[in-house]
Amino acid sequence: MTEFLPPALIMLAGALLIGLTRGVVRTAVVLVAPLLTLLAVWQVPDGVVLTVPFLGYPIEPVEGSAVRRLFATIFSIMAFTGGLYAFRQAKWYELAAAYAYAAGAIGVSFAGDLISLFLFWELMALFSTVVVWCGGTPEARAAGIRYAIMHLLGGVILKVGIEGTMVHTGSVEIRPMLATDFDSWMILIGILINAAAPPISAWLSDAYPRSSPTGSVFLSAFTTKTAVLALILLFPGEKFLIWVGLYMVMYGIIYALLENDIRRILAFSIVNQVGFMVCAVGIGTQMAINGAAAHAFAHIIYKALLFMSAGVVIYRTGYNKCTEVGGLFRTMPLTAICGIVGALAISGFPLTSGFTTKTLISQASANEGLVVVYFALAAASAGVFLHAGIKFPWFVFFQRDSGLRPKDAPWNMGLAMVLFSLLCVLLGLAPELLYRFLPYPVDYYAYAPGKVVFYLQLLLFSGLAFFLLLPMMRRTNTLTLDTDWFWRVVMRRAWLATASAFRQAGDLLFGNHTRLQGWLRSKAHSYFGGAPRGLFAQAWPIGTTAIWIAVLLTAYVTYYYSH
Amino acid sequence: MESDESRPPASHGADPGEDDAWLARPASIRLLWRIFAAVLALSVAAQVVVEVKGYFGVDGWFAFGAVYGFLACLLMVVFAKVLGGFLKRSEDFYGVEEDD
Repeated sequence: MTEFLPPALIMLAGALLIGLTRGVVRTAVVLVAPLLTLLAVWQVPDGVVLTVPFLGYPIEPVEGSAVRRLFATIFSIMAFTGGLYAFRQAKWYELAAAYAYAAGAIGVSFAGDLISLFLFWELMALFSTVVVWCGGTPEARAAGIRYAIMHLLGGVILKVGIEGTMVHTGSVEIRPMLATDFDSWMILIGILINAAAPPISAWLSDAYPRSSPTGSVFLSAFTTKTAVLALILLFPGEKFLIWVGLYMVMYGIIYALLENDIRRILAFSIVNQVGFMVCAVGIGTQMAINGAAAHAFAHIIYKALLFMSAGVVIYRTGYNKCTEVGGLFRTMPLTAICGIVGALAISGFPLTSGFTTKTLISQASANEGLVVVYFALAAASAGVFLHAGIKFPWFVFFQRDSGLRPKDAPWNMGLAMVLFSLLCVLLGLAPELLYRFLPYPVDYYAYAPGKVVFYLQLLLFSGLAFFLLLPMMRRTNTLTLDTDWFWRVVMRRAWLATASAFRQAGDLLFGNHTRLQGWLRSKAHSYFGGAPRGLFAQAWPIGTTAIWIAVLLTAYVTYYYSH
Repeated sequence: MESDESRPPASHGADPGEDDAWLARPASIRLLWRIFAAVLALSVAAQVVVEVKGYFGVDGWFAFGAVYGFLACLLMVVFAKVLGGFLKRSEDFYGVEEDD
C-alpha cells in the first residue's frame, strides 16, 4: 500500500505549500490541492486501507465506506469552492489554516479508529481557531480564545471517553454504540460539543461571525458536520439524540429571529440545520441515516453559499448588521440572487437540494410513527423559511434603501457562488445524483405531488406570516443572552470575587503577620534591647546575682534529696 | 402637535419613488403582493386536485399545511419576542463586562 496517499495528507501538503509558494503557483496550489484530494477520496476502497501499530493498538488512519467517502467528498468540494471564493481576498495564512482545517475534517471522515479520529479532531480545533483569529480584530482574538477553550475542553472530554473505552474494551475500533456507560457518554458529549448541541452551542454563534468574510465560509462547513459524521458512525439510533436535535432546531430558529448580526443569523441557522441531522441520527433507521448524510451534504453547499453571499456584502460594505444594510439588490444582483438560492435551499423549497434531503428525515420520522418529531420538524421547516429563508435576503438585500451602492462580487467570489447555486438547484432537480452515494439503498421519491403541495403551503404561508409580522421583527441593536453568559459573566464574576476574597484574606494575614512581628519585636526589645532598658541587657549588682544563685541551689538540693 | 424637528430622521437613503429600481416602486410592490396572494390561494386550491396523503390523519386535512405553517411561525415569533424581553441586552454588554 505504499503507492496509496491518504486524502487528508494531500490536503495537508496543500496547506503547507500555500505557505511556501507565491503568486500564480500559490493560486494553483489553492485550486488543485482540493481536486487532487477529491480524486484520492474516490480511490479509497471499502474497509481498512492502512494499519499502523501504535502502543499495541492497531491504528487505522484510512478506512473507507460509502458514508465516509460522501462526507470527504463534500469536504473536498467545499475546500475547492471556498479556496476559489477566498484566494484573491484572504490572507495566505488564513487559506493555509483553512486547508489544514479541511484536512482535519477529511482525516476524521476516514479515521478507522478512535485514536486517529481524536488526532484529526484536534487538528481541526487547532486550525479552525487560527481561522477565527484571522478575523484580525480584538473581538476576533477574544472570541477565538473562547472558541479554543471550548474545543480543547470538548477534546479532553472526548479523550477521557476514548481512553476509558480503550481500557475497558481493549479496542479502539470505531463501531456503533449506545450511550450506556461513563466512557460512551464522555465520547458522546465530546462529539456533541462540536455539533454545537445544548448547552454548549454558544461557541458557534460567538466565533463564526467574528472571523473574516472569507473565513466564516470555511468555518460553516467542517466542525459541525464532522460531528454529525462521528454521530452516524458511533451513535446511530441513540434515542437521546432525537431530543437534542429537536432542541437545536428550535433554539436556532428562536435565536436567529432575535439576531441583528447578518452572519450570526446564519450561525444560529447552522445549529438549527445540524439539529435536523442529529435528530435523524437519533431516529437511526436506514432512511434516517440516509437523510442525515444527504442533508449534511446539501447543507454544506447552501450554508457556505449563504455565508459567501453575506461575506461579499461585508467585504464590499464593511457592515455586519441588518440595521446597517438594506436595498443592496440594486447594485449587487448576483450576490442577491445567489443568496436567495441559498435561502430557498435551506428552507427546503421544492426544486432545491434542501427539499430533496430534509424530507428524507421527515419521512423517516413518519415511517417510525414519531408523531411529535414529525410535527416538530414540520413546524421547524416553516421556521427555517422564516428565520433564514426570508429574513436573511429580506433584511440584507431589500427592506429599506440604506443608500449604500456597493459593487457586486469580485469575479472569483461570484464564480464560487454561482457554482454552489447551481449545485443547490441540481441536487433539487436530480436528487438521484446524491441518493446513489448514500450509505443505504434509497427507496424514496421526493416529488410525490401531495408532499409538494403540503410543503408549498407550509412555506408560502410562513412567508405570509413573515410579512404580516414584520413590525414585530424590527431589528434592534441588541444581542441575546445565551448559555455562554454563565461563563462569560457569572463564572467571571465568581472568579473575580474569589480572587478578591483571597486577596483580602491575604491582606488580613499579612496585616496580622506584621502586627505579630511588631509585638514580638517589642518584647524582644524590652528583654534583650539596648543596655539601659532591656531586662537581660542590664548590669545587675553582684549581690542580687548571689541571692539568685543561693535560691536556685537551695531549690535544687531540696528537690534532689526529696527523691 | 409633534413638530417635524423632533421626529427621528427617516432612513438615510432615498425614499422609494417611481424613479427608483423597479422592485422598490410602490406600484410594483402592490403588484407583487397581488401575485403572492394568488400563489397562496393556488397552493391551497391545489389540494382540491392533488390528494395530500397525511401520515397522522390531521396532516391530510384541507389546507392543513397552510394553517400549520402560519400558526407555527406566529407562535415562534411571539415566543421569540417574549424571550427577547428577558434576554436582550445592549450590544456592548460583554464589552462592558469584560473590559472592567
